[in-house]
Order: sequence, then structure tokens, then C-alpha cells
Amino acid sequence: MSALRAQLRAEIALVRRNGEQLLVTLGIPLALLGFFSVVDVLPSDTPEAVDFLVPGILALAIMSTSMVSLGIATGFERSYLVLKRLSATPLGPRRLVAAKTISVAIVEIIQMMLLVGLGLALGWSPLNPNWILTVVAVILGTTAFAGIGLTLAGTLRGEINLAATNALYLLLLLLGGILFPQDRLPGAMQAVSDMLPTTALAEVLRDTLMSSGDIGSAWWVLVVWAVAAPLAATRFFRWN
Amino acid sequence: MSAVVVQDLVVRYGDMTAVDGVSFDAAFGEVTAVLGPNGAGKTSTIETCEGFRRPSAGSVSVLGLDPFAQRTELHREIGVMLQEGGVYPSARVGETVVQYCDLYGRGANADELIDRVGLRSRITSTWRRLSGGEKQRLLLALALAARPRVAFLDEPTSGVDVNGRDDIRGIIRELAASGTALVLATHELDEAERLADRVVMFHKGRIVANGRLATLRGGRSSVKFRSSEELDTEALSRHVGLTVERIQFGAVGEYVIHFTSDDASMSGDLVARVSTWLGSMGLPLHDLSVGQQRLEDLFRDLTRDGHSDRGGT
Repeated sequence: MSALRAQLRAEIALVRRNGEQLLVTLGIPLALLGFFSVVDVLPSDTPEAVDFLVPGILALAIMSTSMVSLGIATGFERSYLVLKRLSATPLGPRRLVAAKTISVAIVEIIQMMLLVGLGLALGWSPLNPNWILTVVAVILGTTAFAGIGLTLAGTLRGEINLAATNALYLLLLLLGGILFPQDRLPGAMQAVSDMLPTTALAEVLRDTLMSSGDIGSAWWVLVVWAVAAPLAATRFFRWN
Repeated sequence: MSAVVVQDLVVRYGDMTAVDGVSFDAAFGEVTAVLGPNGAGKTSTIETCEGFRRPSAGSVSVLGLDPFAQRTELHREIGVMLQEGGVYPSARVGETVVQYCDLYGRGANADELIDRVGLRSRITSTWRRLSGGEKQRLLLALALAARPRVAFLDEPTSGVDVNGRDDIRGIIRELAASGTALVLATHELDEAERLADRVVMFHKGRIVANGRLATLRGGRSSVKFRSSEELDTEALSRHVGLTVERIQFGAVGEYVIHFTSDDASMSGDLVARVSTWLGSMGLPLHDLSVGQQRLEDLFRDLTRDGHSDRGGT
């Protein structure tokens, strides 16, 4: 336990100290939710923009933490030989992954509290929410995005990983049904969007929190990503 | 029991053979220097001992364990200092030492370790703000966090100033005195000369010398002097009965005569013959010195074409 605790302490200290990561995990989601809830310029499927935005922004926050923040930090840890050095200690890969998972979970809990709090303050009202399924969706989303982030981090050089992860973040933000309904996209883009983990997670969260209904195969898409992405990370991740 | 036993080790990267059938061992309470120029195969060998890579052929045993197959058990007992890096740029010195001490259940005391490597005044500094020497001190502290029975230190004094080198050498000697087996990889022959009990000399993936420093020197001495660049080395060689090696420095030539003898009077005779011959030829004689052969000379000697491997006990 002491090795896990020691590593968890180090992970949390690094998250706290890396301001750019906090900007992505907290700053951008809070700013987007606040701005587009107040300034009603985006199309939405609900009378109040905030009702559409909260589940989507929660999906964005999960992607920010488990894909962008985790992936970029891990990619640089690999470049700086931090992972190589740690692999020569009794920590072992399981406790390293456990420490990173707990660290991501802590950040996500803080994100959820702040985003839900801001959403409620802006007038968001959940409709027959199913909290258990919401938690399941958050776990599946976290697993899927962490798998994507670690696959990139474990195969690309630190700087290239940084660029690739940020580019993917932007792409998934724009095409993932987060800020506006994905059925407003042109036909071909919509087909791509249906397969994206962001779209699936946002759709599922809209259903579990807002009873949106008719989410098609979103659960299945999410499950496939949650299985395939970690498998890819396991297969391709190089420690140094 | 030797702490480290390397037997016929081969390490290949694709078609390239980095380490080609090397064998040596390292004992508890001794400093074993793995020497050689960059690219000689030192780091590949050390990293195989640390469990980072699987041998392509041959075997390695550290504390009786297979480093690759049993690395979880092994990493509880060994200290590792990488050639470079290993710490996140925004990680602080104090936190990092505490983290590594805590990673080992019976790890060293972080406060004592920070004092021991002389980083007390830098405890809140981040890795990116440390000088090259301070980074080496921190990496050494992380290697010692395990209270290791075997420590692998890759270029431990690289980039460290003179005082820092003395401090690090002091810590290495203390560790050896307390019974730890130290395996030191370095390309600095002078460093090995100051620290090592045993020397394993690598050249192009093979071992060209392996044994105790004193044995390897084997009574080998040299006479060095400076003289005119026009000195006829062949004529002098014939006169003294030994080969005279010319090392050119600009307009001035430095000359070295290697010889093997336990007879102290031989160096006196040699010096007399050299100075007499130079005087008879009207050539100057400067900076004449007689001494035991240095590792640098031994390495140069052993890595010339046609050398034979050299072993000792």
C-alpha cells in the first residue's frame, strides 16, 4: 500500500502543479458551459441551452481528464524516462496504473461537482435522472478515453503526442455532439460522428440525466470503445 | 556468491550486435567499473542487468535472480541510476526523494538521504531548475532510496563539478565499504581509476580487459617525455630495445615508452638510455616522467588492432 500511496501523492502533486492541465480539465469545460448557457447562439434540442449542454460538457470533461490530461502527462513521463525509472522500483505496472486511475477519478469527481453546480446555478434541471447508469457511463467513458490517450502516449514522442492529443480533442469536441446536436452536421460527418466515443458518451449522458430517449446504438458504441481502446493501449504501449 | 554474474551475454538490436558474448562478475563490497567509449555496449549490458531488456543470448544473474523474468523481486533490492533523466521537470527535489523512499517498504530515510547527497538547500527546487551536478546528485539519491544490495550507476559523475565529483565518489566508497556491490558504467577512465576495485573494459561490444585494476596494470609502467617533432622513433626504439610511441601535440611531440617489469631499476636504466641518446642527437628533453601505466594507456594499448584479450583475478 505504501508504494501505491507514494505514487498517488506524486501523481496528484503533478496534476496540481501543471497549470495547463487544469486549464483543459477545469477551465475550458466551465467556460464553455457558462458562456454557451448564457449566450444562446448554438442550436440545441432543448428549450434551455443549459439542459442540452450539461451532459455534453460532462462528456467533454471526462475526455479532457482521461484522454488529454492523462495522455499528455504520460507521454512526457515516457519521454523524460520517468516511466523507465519507475519500472526499476517495486511499484510495478499495476500500482502505477492504479495510482493514475485514482488520480483521474479524483479530478473527475471535482469536475462533476463544479460542472453540475454551475449547471444548476444556470438553471439546469435533470429529468428523471438515473444516477447509477450515469456512473456506469462515466466509468465506460473514462476507460475508453484513457485507452485512447495511453495508446497515443505509449507510441508517440512527447511533443508529437501533445500535438496529436490536442488535435484529437478539438476534433472530438467539434464532431462529438457536445456543444450542438450532432444531427445538425452534414450527412457524411454525421456518420463519422455516430461512431465517436464523445458522441456516444454525450448521448448516453443525455439519456441518463435528461431522459432524452432513442439514443440508438450509443451504449454499444461506448462499450466497444471502452473495450477496444484499453486493449490497443495494452498492445502498443511502450514504456520507454 | 557474486552479486552480479554475466555469462556469455549477447544483446542485439535487429541486425546490430551491441554486446557480443561478454562475461564478468561483480562482488559485494566492491566497485566494479564497466568501462569503454560511448557505443561500446556498456549501457546495454547494465540495462540487461537491471531487467530493462532480455538477453538475446547468454545469461545474467543479479542476487541470484534472473533480472528480466524476476524483475519484481529484483527491483526491491537494487538501486538504479540512469544515464540521464528519470524525473518529471516539475517534480520537486524533496517530494521526489520522499516518493522513492516510500516506494520501498524498508526504504532509506528521505531527510538523511537529502543531506547525504547535499541537496538540503534545493529541497523545494524543481528538476528543471537544477544544475547538471545537482541532477546527478538527485538521481544518486533515488538509487540509494532502495537501501540497495546492488547499485547500478550509469555515468554517475557526468556533468558534475570537481567538488561534486568528490562528494559522489565519497558516497560510492561508503556504500562499497558497507557491503553494497556497485557496478559503475563510465567512459571516463580517470573516474574508474579513482574508484574501481575491478575493471571490465569494453570495446566494440566485447570485453578487452577484465580483472582487478592492479592485476590489469600487471607491473606495466611507462616513461613519458617531450622532445622535438623530428625525433626518429625507430632509431630510439632500436637504442632502448623497446617501442617508442609518438603522440603529436601541435609542433611538440610527446613520446611514451611502455614496459613491463617489477624491477624498479629498469626505469632508471631506461631514463638514462633515453636521455643519453637524445643528448647525443642534440634533441631537447622536457617533462620526463616515469609512472605506472594509466587506464587510458592500457585502453589505448588493448584496443589497437591485433590486441589480445586480457584477464586477471
